[in-house]
This record gives sequence, C-alpha cells and structure tokens, in this order.
Amino acid sequence: MSREHVPAVPDTLRRRAGGTVAPRYWKSLEELKETPAFLELLRREFPEQASVFEDPRGRREFLTLMGASLALGGLTACTKQPEERIVPYVRQPEQLVPGRPLFFASAVAHDGYARGVLVESHEGRPTKVEGNPDHPMSLGGTDVFGQAHVLGLYDPDRAKSVLFAGQERTWAQFRAAAREALGRQKPGQGAGLRILTGRVTSPALTAQIQAILAEYPAARWVSWEPADRDAARAGAVMAFGEAVEPQPRLHRADVVLSLEADFVASHPASLRLVREFTSRRKVDPEKPEMNRLYVVEGSPSLTGASADHRLALRSSEIEGFARALAAALGLGVEGGVPHPWVEPLAADLRRAGARALVLAGETQPAALHAIAHAINEALGAVGTTVTYTAAAEAQPGGERAALAELVREMTAGSVEVLLLLDVNPVYAAPADIGFAEALDKVALRIHHGLYLDETAERCHWHLPAAHPLESWSDARAADGTVSIVQPLIAPLYDGRSPHEVLAVFGARPEQKGYDIVRNHWKEKLGESGFEKRWNRALHDGIVAGTALPEKAVRVRGGEWTKAPSRAASPMPSGLEIAFRTDPAVHDGRFANLGWLQELPKPLTKLTWGNAALVSPRTAQALGGFRVEQTARGHVTEVIELRYRGRSIKAPVWILPGHPDGAVTVHLGHGRSRAGRVGSGVGFNAYAIRTNDAPWFGDALEVVPTGETTRIACTQDHWTIEQPEHVQAEARHVVRAATLAEFAADPHVIRRAGHEPEPGLSLYPEHRYEGRAWGMAIDMSACVGCNACVTACQAENNIPVVGKDQVGRGREMHWIRIDRYYQGPSESPETVHQPVLCMHCENAPCEVVCPVAATVHSEEGLNEMVYNRCVGTRYCSNNCPYKVRRFNFLLYQDWTTPTFKMMRNPEVTVRSRGVMEKCTYCVQRISRARIDAKNERREIRDGDIVTACEAACPAQAIVFGDVNDPESRVAKLKAGARNYALLTELQTRPRTSYLAALRNPNTEIPSPREEGGHG
Amino acid sequence: MASTHHVEQPVVGPGHTFVTVTDKIASIVLQKKTPLGWFFGFAISFSVLMMLLATLTWLVAKGVGIWGVNVPVGWGFDIINFVWWIGIGHAGTLISAILLLLRQQWRMSINRFAEAMTLFAVACAALYPIFHMGRPWVGAYWLFPYPNTMGLWPNFRSPLIFDVFAVGTYATVSLLFWYVGMVPDLATLRDRAQNRGAKILYGVFALGWRGSARHWNNYETAYLILAALSTPLVVSVHSVVSLDFSVGIVPGWHATIFPPYFVAGAIYAGFAMVLILAIPLRWAYGLQDFVTMRHIENMAKVMLATGLVVGYGYMMEAFTAWYSGNTYEKFLLVNRALGPYSWAYWSLILCNVVVINTLWVKSLRTNVPYLFFVSLVVSVGMWLERFVIIVMSLHRDFLPSSWGNYRGTVFDWSTFIGTLGLFATLFFLFIRFLPAISIFEMRTLLPGAQPREGKA
Repeated sequence: MSREHVPAVPDTLRRRAGGTVAPRYWKSLEELKETPAFLELLRREFPEQASVFEDPRGRREFLTLMGASLALGGLTACTKQPEERIVPYVRQPEQLVPGRPLFFASAVAHDGYARGVLVESHEGRPTKVEGNPDHPMSLGGTDVFGQAHVLGLYDPDRAKSVLFAGQERTWAQFRAAAREALGRQKPGQGAGLRILTGRVTSPALTAQIQAILAEYPAARWVSWEPADRDAARAGAVMAFGEAVEPQPRLHRADVVLSLEADFVASHPASLRLVREFTSRRKVDPEKPEMNRLYVVEGSPSLTGASADHRLALRSSEIEGFARALAAALGLGVEGGVPHPWVEPLAADLRRAGARALVLAGETQPAALHAIAHAINEALGAVGTTVTYTAAAEAQPGGERAALAELVREMTAGSVEVLLLLDVNPVYAAPADIGFAEALDKVALRIHHGLYLDETAERCHWHLPAAHPLESWSDARAADGTVSIVQPLIAPLYDGRSPHEVLAVFGARPEQKGYDIVRNHWKEKLGESGFEKRWNRALHDGIVAGTALPEKAVRVRGGEWTKAPSRAASPMPSGLEIAFRTDPAVHDGRFANLGWLQELPKPLTKLTWGNAALVSPRTAQALGGFRVEQTARGHVTEVIELRYRGRSIKAPVWILPGHPDGAVTVHLGHGRSRAGRVGSGVGFNAYAIRTNDAPWFGDALEVVPTGETTRIACTQDHWTIEQPEHVQAEARHVVRAATLAEFAADPHVIRRAGHEPEPGLSLYPEHRYEGRAWGMAIDMSACVGCNACVTACQAENNIPVVGKDQVGRGREMHWIRIDRYYQGPSESPETVHQPVLCMHCENAPCEVVCPVAATVHSEEGLNEMVYNRCVGTRYCSNNCPYKVRRFNFLLYQDWTTPTFKMMRNPEVTVRSRGVMEKCTYCVQRISRARIDAKNERREIRDGDIVTACEAACPAQAIVFGDVNDPESRVAKLKAGARNYALLTELQTRPRTSYLAALRNPNTEIPSPREEGGHG
Repeated sequence: MASTHHVEQPVVGPGHTFVTVTDKIASIVLQKKTPLGWFFGFAISFSVLMMLLATLTWLVAKGVGIWGVNVPVGWGFDIINFVWWIGIGHAGTLISAILLLLRQQWRMSINRFAEAMTLFAVACAALYPIFHMGRPWVGAYWLFPYPNTMGLWPNFRSPLIFDVFAVGTYATVSLLFWYVGMVPDLATLRDRAQNRGAKILYGVFALGWRGSARHWNNYETAYLILAALSTPLVVSVHSVVSLDFSVGIVPGWHATIFPPYFVAGAIYAGFAMVLILAIPLRWAYGLQDFVTMRHIENMAKVMLATGLVVGYGYMMEAFTAWYSGNTYEKFLLVNRALGPYSWAYWSLILCNVVVINTLWVKSLRTNVPYLFFVSLVVSVGMWLERFVIIVMSLHRDFLPSSWGNYRGTVFDWSTFIGTLGLFATLFFLFIRFLPAISIFEMRTLLPGAQPREGKA
C-alpha cells in the first residue's frame, strides 16, 4: 500500500481537529495496517465503544422499524409536502424589494481585458449580465462570453473542493503545504518558483505578484494566453520601439482597411469598435453617407462579413499585399506582391487621409503591424482615427516565448514549485513544446481554476477558483480603464479568487480578496476621500481617471521595411492552415457552457463542435467532399489534417468566401476534461498547433479518411442546395442596396418587394389605441455577433437541447441570426438577419390554435399562454417565419439545484409539450409599466429595452411604441430603408428591418458584378 | 328483380335460398370451432397492437420528440396517418349511405364490413390527434367546448376544432348506422346461438327485435334517416380535414381545390381498403357467392373514377402553381419534382395516377389478385399523397433559412404499424363475433324476396 493513500481516514480526524497538520500518530497496529474492520470502526459515531448491538433484528433496529411503521401507517392518508423553509428578512437590506432586481456594476475579463457589466441580481442571485453603458469598452453592449458568465457561475461541473492527488483537502492544509514549499524556496530566493497566469491586467494582482517576486527575486512570472497578441506587441516595438496599444477611433474613420483584423469579434475593444463602426453605417435617408470598410483576410470572419469590399487571401499572402500597398502610398517598404486592389485602395486611403485607418490583425506577423502603423502615420491618421497608449496588461507581448522558456526550465528540472492560475496549458499549449511532459517533472504543481481540467488532472494540488461573479478583483480594459470586480454572491462552492491564492505566497496568507483589492486601491487613491471614491467606483463600474494616457510615438524604420526572405515563395502545392479561436467557446475555456456550445457559430451556423473549413473550390480540388443534409443533421466527410509531423481528424465543412488553398480550424474544442457538457465535443486543433506559427502555417496535407460524421448545423448550406440562395433573393427576404443606389432613389428598398395594397381585407381595419409595441432591426448595423442570441437565452430561461436535438432541427433559440450570401461563392457578400417573433398584427399562428393558447394583446403582442398550450404544433407549421420553438422532449433541467438559482424568476420555465417563442421580453414591458404607474407617468421611449436590444453592441435593434410618432422605432420605421419580411402574406409584422446598405468603391470590381445577381 | 333490366352479373351466387344464406353467414360467428387461421391472424394483430400500446406509453412518458417531427416539419407521420385512416373510413359511409339512397343493391354484401372498417379506421385515426399533442393529458378534453371555471372556450376559428366536431360526428353517426343496421342480424344470432352467454349478449344488443312488421317499418325509417344524416358526412368530414391544410398559409396547403380533392382521395383510398379486406375474406370464408365478381368490379370502377379525380387534383395543383406566378407555389412545384423528397412525389404519381389507369382494361379489372395488388398500391399512394402534402410543404416554406428535413423514426413506424395492428385486431374480433355480411339484406336479394310495391 502506497504511503500516498494512507491519510484517507486520519485526515478526516485531522480536519475535525482544526485542520492542523500534525505528525501522524497511531493508536493501534490495526490503524497502521488500515484493516477494513478498523476503518469501519473509525467511521462510526462512537469508535471508542467497543461493542455495538450487531444483530440486525436487535433491540435498536426493532425500535426503529416499529417507530417507522407507526409513522408510515399514519402518513398513508396524506400526501407528503416537500419541506420548505421560508426565511424572511429580519432586517431588510437597503434598497432590496423582493421581486425587484438590483443591478451591480462589475467587470468580466476576456483574455485579460475587462468589459464593464451590470449584473442583474434577484434576491441575491445573479441572473443576467448586461453591458455597463458607462464603461468605455462596453458602452452598454455585451458579447456572447459576457452573457454566458451567468451559466459559468452556476455550472454544476465546476470544481468544488481543494484536492491533493485526487483526495479532498482543506484550504488550511493547502496553506500549510504551500508555506512549507515556499519556506524551502526561501534560501534559493525562489529560484525554483514559477507562476504561470493568463494575461493579467489586474493592478491588484500585478502588485501581489510583484511583491512575491520582490521577496523571491529569482522566481519568475509567466503570463500566457492561447490567443496571444505577441505579433501586435512585437510589431509596435518594431515600429515605435515600445509595445504600445493602438486605440482605434472607428467613428472618425471614413475608410477602414482591416488586414485580417477581426475587430468585430476578437479585439480587446471589439464592443466599443462595433459601436463606433456601425454608428457610421446607420444611414439617414436625408444625409446618405457612410464609412467604407475593406477587409483582406485569410479566414472568413464577421469583420469580413461586414465589409464593403472583402478580399480572401491566404493569411501568408496578406503581408505581401500590405507591403505593396505601403509602397503604393509612398512608403519605402519592399517585398510587395502586386494585386489589382492595391492602386484603387491606396487612392481611396489617400483621399480619406487623416480619416482613414489601417488595422492589422493579431493573427498576422509583427512586420505587418509595423507596416500598418507606418501607413497610418503616413496618412496622418494618428491622433484622428488612432491614438496610442501603453498596453493594459502587466506583461505585454512575448507570451509564447516566455511559455517556451518555462517549458525548457521545467524539462531541465529547475522548476520546483509551479503555480498555475486560471490557465489550462496541458490542453492549450502548443503541441511542439511538450508542456504536459515537462509539467510532470515539476516537484510541486499547484493548479487554480474553475474546473478540474486537463491541467488540474496532472497537478498535485487543485484549488477551486471562485467565479468572477463570486469574487473581488479588479481589471483594466483595453484602454486601461480600471473596473473593480465585485462579487454578486458568496462563492457557491469552496472557491477562492486568484488574489486569495496568491496571498498564501505573500506576507498575509489568509487575507481576504476584499481586503487585498480594497487595500490596493486605498494605497493608489489615497486615504483622503477614499470611501467616497471607492463607492463611486463600485457604483459606476469604473475607477475614474484610470484610462491610460495617450503616447506620442513616431514610426522608425528598421528591418521590417525590407522584403522578408520567405515572402516570395508561396507553396504552390501545399495547403495552408489557419488557426482561429472559436467564435463560441473561444480558446476552450467556455467549452462546458451549453449556451455557447449550442450557439450557431456566425457564418457556418455550426453548433456543438468545430470543423475544417475550406472554400468550395478547394473542396473540389481535394476530391469534392459530400455534405449531405439529413433529418438528423448534416453528414460530412472526415479528413485527416497532417501538419508538421502531427495529425488530427476533422469533419470538413465548405465555407463560401474562404480563400482557396487553405483550411481553417477553430481552437477550443476536443476537450477531454471540460465537464459533462464540453468533453469530447469536436476535435482538438491545439494538437497540431506549433509555437512558432500560432495562427497560420504552410505545408498542410489533407488526406481523406473515407469516414463520415454527423454535425449539427442550424441553417442549410447554400452550396449544397443552390436554390436556397436563389430563393432568398426571389422572396425579397434580404433587401440590400449600395449607398449610391439608395442616394439616387431612396425608394429602391421598398420597391424591391411586393407591398400589398392597404384595405385588401374584407374585415375592417383594427385600430390599436394606446401602446403598440414594435421593433426595427438595422441590417446595415448588425454584425452577426450572436450577443442577442445568448442574451435572449439568459433572459428567457431558454434550455439547451444538445447536439442530437439540434441536428434534428429542434434548437430552442427565440432569436436566430439568419445568414444570407449574395454573389459568387468565392467572394460572396454576407448579410445577417436576426429573426425573432414578428408579432404579426394578422398572426397566422393565432387563428389555427385550437385552444386559444396564442392570442393577441391589446398592445399588439402575440402572446403565448404556456398553461393553455396543448402542443398541436399547428401554430409553428403556420408561422411563415418559423420562429416558434417546441419542447419536443423535456429540455429544461428541472433537477440541478444551481440551475434553479440561475433562472430569471420573471419568466416561466417551460416544460415538455408546449410551444414557446419570443415575447418581446414581456416581463420587461410589465416592469416598465409598473414603474411608470408608480411614478404616475407615461412609459417613456427607451424605458423598455428588450434583452436582445440591450446586448447588441451595434445598437442595431430598437424597440418601442410604434403609435408614438416621436419614438425611435416609429422614426426608423418611417424611414426609406424600412421593410418587413414576407409583406405579401398580409401578416403585418411589428418587427421590421432596415435594409443593408453597402458602400462599394466603384474602382474595385465588386463580386456582384463579377458573378451577376445569382 | 334488379338484374332483369340489363344483363349483369348477379349480386348473389346461384342456388342460394333464405336458409343457405343465413346458415352460411351465421355459421362464421356461431361455428363450434374457430379456424386456426383466425387464431394465427389474431395473434399477430394483437401482438402488433401491444407494440402500439408500448409505443404510446413511451410517447406519453418521453414526449413527441421520440418521433421525427421538428421545426419546420411540425407534423409528420402523426397527421399523415390521421388523414390516411380518416380517408380509408370514407368508403364505408359511402357504401352504406349514398349507395343505399341510390338503391344500389350490390352494396348489401359489402356494407356491413365496410361500415365496420369505417369505425375501426376512425378509431385508429382518432388516436393520432390525441397522441400527436405535446400534452395529450389536457389536450384530450381542452379541445371540447365545455363550460369551465377558466371561462375559456376553444378557438372556434381553428380547423382543429372543426376536426373535433367533424370526426366526432362522423364516429357517432357511423357507429349508430352500423349498429342499427345490425339489429335484425343480432336477433338472428340470438335465435340461433347455442351458448347461453352468447344468447344473452346478442339478446341484449338485439334490443328485443322480433321481426314484426312494425319493427321493420321503424327500422327502415330509422335506417333511411341515418343514411340521410350520413350522406353529407361523406363529403363534409374529409372536406373539414382538408381545411386543416387549406386554412393554413403554407404553400402547398393553401389551396381551394383541397376539399373535393380530399373527398375523392378518401373514397379512392376507402375502396382500396375495402378490396384489401374483401378479397382475402371471401377467399378465407368461401363467400364468393355473396361478394361476387360484380361487387369486385364495381368497386374497381369506383376506384378508377375517384382515382381520375385525384389525378386531376394533382394536375390542377401543378397548373395553379405555374399559372399563379406565385414564387412560393412555383418553388413548391419544383421542389416536389426535383427536391430531396422527389422520390415520394414520383412514387405518388406512379401509385395514384399510372397504376390505377390499368383498370380501364376489363381483364385486369376482373383479375382478383391483380386488383388486390392495385388496392395495396393505391393505399401506399394515398399515404404518400399525405406525406407529400404535409412534409414536403412544410420542409421548405417561406424563409430559406428555416428549411429542414424530416424522417420518421422507429417510433413513428411502430405507431403507424401499431395502428394497423389495432385495425386488424378489431377486424378479426368483428368477423369472429358479428355477422360480417348483412344476413337479412342478403336475403332480400334472393329471387322472390323483392317487394312488388311500397315499402317492405
């Protein structure tokens, strides 16, 4: 018997004795030998009592049974009521009215960068995340990850206790073990101590780590994220000599060129950038002008989908393009590869001058960032459309190199204590550096995280992390603004924040997170007036005046202006592979969140897993993959990706607009220990990713395997069935025009469809007196980010149904984003169309319901009475928009206790057999109505914000009273861009769309003209 | 005598007297030894019925998600089978009521089991609207208008409510019609039964029938009234069922041709089912003298006529789709012909339009095995017709983003086959315990039984 297993029982005793680790004494030989009989004895209530009445029908047993029988005999006549305890507030907390939610400002960090949020709390339970309008990097918007944090908090698969080698321990025991290990590090000044964290922007955490490093000067701190920004930082160093952060100001830019910069979805400031960008695309018919976006990218992204001109180049070719562009703009940059776009693009940028902006993507090499900086400077854009500040993170750039260095040290055996804070490198580290093997050589490995993940499995200690909604912390946003992260609830499990874990290594091991953060800021802000400022910061969600100051930097020449040695040698035969973070589960950390797994990914509309994305032409060249839509999902072929001596198998998916000769794989899937939801979903692309080429690389080999697999996609694929694409156009589902067309004739949108004559009905017109709710969705502004989908899921208690059910067409989202392509499949234009219940005035669903379970309200809402619904599904059949969702099986989790806490108490939790659909967030309408009534006033425009509207970073969704001519929604609906879906059916939808406008440069041949109207 | 006017095959075989007719038909019920084949057939049917029971239990336990229905295809096998079964029932009513009013005497040998078939088909059909609901435990009665504390009535604008009334009326009238028509025969069985229990049971249901002139007079009046009541039902029930679709706005549903087209289809399918039942029945019990070639051929002719109406319906659907110029209707046409379910559409055309036209040839029309085969083909074709209407219209409607596919699961099939088992079980019980052919009506067909004038 190994010594490791010995402490099983005595530990329990030790814990009872106060958690002190004492030398092990033994009382008897039996104990030392740990015979089962003795262990049994220990578990009993009175181990000292030598003889217990063992006879099963003995005296005690008899009395127990007698008592129970009597009790049961008396109970047979009653139904057992579940035991419930109602605990009233003895002293009601200030401002808390039961039934009324409170909102608290906080922040959630994404890849380290804070996004300000307001968290809705119902009687102490956080239920919903909203954006903080006062936060510069949120402006009220959120993204899918922000929304999903609520589910993350209540995830029943979270790690729940301190573990040592798989055995439960206490925090006290950990502290003792850690202090002991630290004591051994003291003589060597911490030479064997390493701390590995994610990207840290938290000033308090940074200060804590720096204090530890000051105590142990030979120790080192490595911060690393799988989605690194090393190239951006290195590019800034190349260009300016320091790792500054460019702060784009997109609302000032008339012409934007994105060189694979996916600012819509994966930029630290994307929420703000989307707002700024789309503010210039909501075209006013009176003043028809908008910005223009060019995107050159190696993998279709949401930014590319929003572009006026999108050029699909392989990632490796973009640098050559950028060099040519820089040369055309008169910069002394060599190595350009000519392209027909370069001249007209350069001319357009030059025309815009200071109001132009070039953005470089983090997936591109450093030199390209330097070129982009140089172009911006040459155009005079610095100060107008871009400014520079210091980086928000404590250790900007060099993350990959630092991780590789750490692995070298671990392999060499010089790392004795490794503390891993909220990172999962065993899963996500590049495959070629061998992190997992190196980790095994570290004598003491301590992992702190939300889940018992792949890394936790290989560590001695696992410490459960407190969720950001459970703990105190602070974090900087991309512009440096600090937010205080405040807990909304006491930790559900035995979790602690990273501050509290680091405190163990510091001077005051038992300090609470609250004290750590507060003391840090007391020091920073000064004693005088601290309370007030602290409360202000907590209330506002930002610490005033913490945004980083602008830096004046000048581009200086260097090696990067010279042609790169390998640029001119594109591989003619080999394929290129592009790695991207997943639009739903990011780098894998959100893999266990069902909301995100089931979120139809933008563009591909895939759920539950990833695929190898290829262009239609490359698919042809590789042998023409068959993707077949069946009634249980799409059946697609599995290919083997062989890359630099490693290989993975992946289902193939054909994506229009993907550059030819390249394959995109999304990271974050194929987790082995994510939890019950996320384990084994998709394939792990990290398994072939190398440290030197994190985002793209060449010489990929694709080998067909002959296998097929099923994947769950929520929207049919028009490359499979050409008619869909043709039909969408014939049906005027999506109406789009160019800015020039619209300026010449604003009625072009309205004329695109068949508007029915008014008064066609035999029945008299129904007048809506009073309020008439309606919605307008601006398709020019919608970037397709999915935030509304997740927000709706969180607000309305929408269940997750799983891959199989999605494959069968039974996803439950009340709002979906339809993606339509126009033009040739090599370079299609993409339009996103969020579709929710239209709340038709002549609702086809209402007529056919036999039990009147879906009825019209006075204010024009199409209401669903769940109680009354018997589930004939006739309404869904008759709904031309197919927005109704049916509980085919029991999709709601009625048993998991944490999910009961998570749900919005204002929204019915639907059970099996009933229909459901968008309600226009009727609970929010009611709340606003009650508020207005209490305050004896009318409901004001903007009082009611639906969940989708609130989440939208682009503010593309506007809800309000269409009877009020002054309301925003009424004004939008009166505009020339407004149209409704399927108007010829006379359903008279209350939800309408503003047509998508594009602003193409006539000097660049557009895909429309190339391919004609498909 | 009916057959004196023109040369026709007789409706009763030669050499039969009142006694032989009564003996022959009553003996099927009252014989001492039940044939082994009956047990065999009943055992199979009953096992299949038990499969239905198991499936429905699982369905109520888990939800309709065990079937293949989804969004956009919210109705699948459930409503296909509902319409299919209801349609099958129609031939019974047509034979009983309309042919009675039209004094078509050849109906008399087949009306009893055709009516039984109607009832059993309605029973099978009625299962589907109940079990297709997400919450059948409340839906089964919330669809009825009853005064309640909620102050709620059903939505009378919904075709599903029309259905409740249409099918409810249909089932009630068919049951009464069948039962009233059987009273004299039940009395015959009562009189001839040896077994005391049987005597009592048949006696109770014979309602004290003694065959007096007054009884006959009342009987004839009641029967005619019921026939008159049933007649509109032949047209109305399936017309109402077709409103389930034509009230909807789904392309492929929203069509004014549906009511007549559905009625023709129903009669078409019903006669096919009557032939499917009659052909083995007359063979197994040696009833060739009662269900003669004339019956068989007449039914084939009805099938041919209604089949042509159905074919016309298909043609008109295609024509209106093209002629309307409506995007959705035109696409529907293309999708039917070339879409992922084109196999179903073309099989439908083959079954319901091509094969049926072979019955123009008399030698084929009178070839019993061939006719049996054609009837099976028609039954399959009519099932496919509902598949085409329901699934193919729903799976690609207005917004291309929401298009989907549908496929029946193993539970869809076990429910469907299970109702076949229910139908067969009921039918086996019927032929074992009740006279499958109307004894007294057959006797009226014998020479010398016809009244000279006035009522019988």
